[in-house]
Amino acid sequence: MAESLKVDDKSFKDVVIEAKMPVLVDFWAPWCAPCRSIAPVVDELAGEYAGRVSFAKVNVDENPKLATDYGVRSIPTLLIFKDGKPLTQIVGLRPKAELKKQLDAVIGKG
Amino acid sequence: MDKTHQLIIVGGGPAGLSAGLYASRSKLDTLLIEKAVLGGQILNAEMVENYPGFPQGISGSELGALIAQQATKYGLQTAFAEVQGIEIRGGEKIVSTSEGQFKAKAVIIAGGSGYSKLGVPGEEEFTGKGVSYCAMCDGAFFREQVVAVVGGGNVALNDALFLTGFASKVIVIHRRDQLRAIKILHDRAFANPKIKFLWDTVVESITGDKLVKEIRLRNVKTGKGSSLEVSGVFVAVGLRPNTGYLKKLLTLDAGGFISVNAQMETGVPGVFAAGDIRAGSIRQVVSAAGDGATAAIAAERFLSLV
Repeated sequence: MAESLKVDDKSFKDVVIEAKMPVLVDFWAPWCAPCRSIAPVVDELAGEYAGRVSFAKVNVDENPKLATDYGVRSIPTLLIFKDGKPLTQIVGLRPKAELKKQLDAVIGKG
Repeated sequence: MDKTHQLIIVGGGPAGLSAGLYASRSKLDTLLIEKAVLGGQILNAEMVENYPGFPQGISGSELGALIAQQATKYGLQTAFAEVQGIEIRGGEKIVSTSEGQFKAKAVIIAGGSGYSKLGVPGEEEFTGKGVSYCAMCDGAFFREQVVAVVGGGNVALNDALFLTGFASKVIVIHRRDQLRAIKILHDRAFANPKIKFLWDTVVESITGDKLVKEIRLRNVKTGKGSSLEVSGVFVAVGLRPNTGYLKKLLTLDAGGFISVNAQMETGVPGVFAAGDIRAGSIRQVVSAAGDGATAAIAAERFLSLV
């Protein structure tokens, strides 16, 4: 199991936008129960996709601007970025198999 | 598909986990299949104050995790997959999932329910972009904005009251001219100056560009259409049991819930149902846990006879 990197308004550009690898960004907040439920699943995926996809977490309470910029109005929302652009949006608590499918699709786009 | 288990439990909420606890303590070879995370719907509840044993109340996420921890302590096996079908082949039940097939002699279906959707244009497109099914999760995104809550039951009014903590105005849209919610919530909602009601009204569509901007409404009595500028639409029109894949196998009631007897037996030998998914459930954690125990004991009896 691996931990996702915590990012904020300042580090977002370096960690996500300019990343060489695809990045899965988990938008969450401490008061959101489904966010707590999906966190360990995302951590597992971070382990399984190590070296192919990097993983980041944005606390929307502390970084409301990032949520606004990317139109996040519901959490948990997972955005998968590639070449600085959000390609896939996954809203709510979803099965791990579905998250893997989405990640594989993004990696597959070469 | 490998070995045949004695028992497969579909669903990892309080009903399925309680069934798993009883079955594994009875040394039944039991596999529990859950599509997302162990704990179930209760994980979304801010506070549970009506589950015995917790006089101070307990958060839903904590209770869900504790139930899961206890259930998996006695050898209950778990798999994470979405169940897509159940088929009877001879004395075996074949459970088809997103991760392949599993087999057992008996099955307990405890898959709970999901949120009902409005089924209107724009709903899917704007989910996560202003359309929400969880006021507690998403309310904070709507500070000083106008939001709509669709529904007239307890959940709708609880959501509306919760949202007044953030939104500048909360409009409750209900298709009837009276509420189904309990009196205490009524009174609180009517007394709250931020909450406004639109009666006899249904949502026809949800529009916007990147985010929700407007909903189109229709009055069911006069047939008159109107529109309303909102940035959020909270849908609270009830729950729908996760039984779409069971129509051919089992007897379902008009709402899609599984009919069972007092032993949680469906009409099919060796197939049981427990918790929110069964007809007549009061949809409480305590009743789900009881159903799970009842179903596990009935399944054990069934297995001892085959």
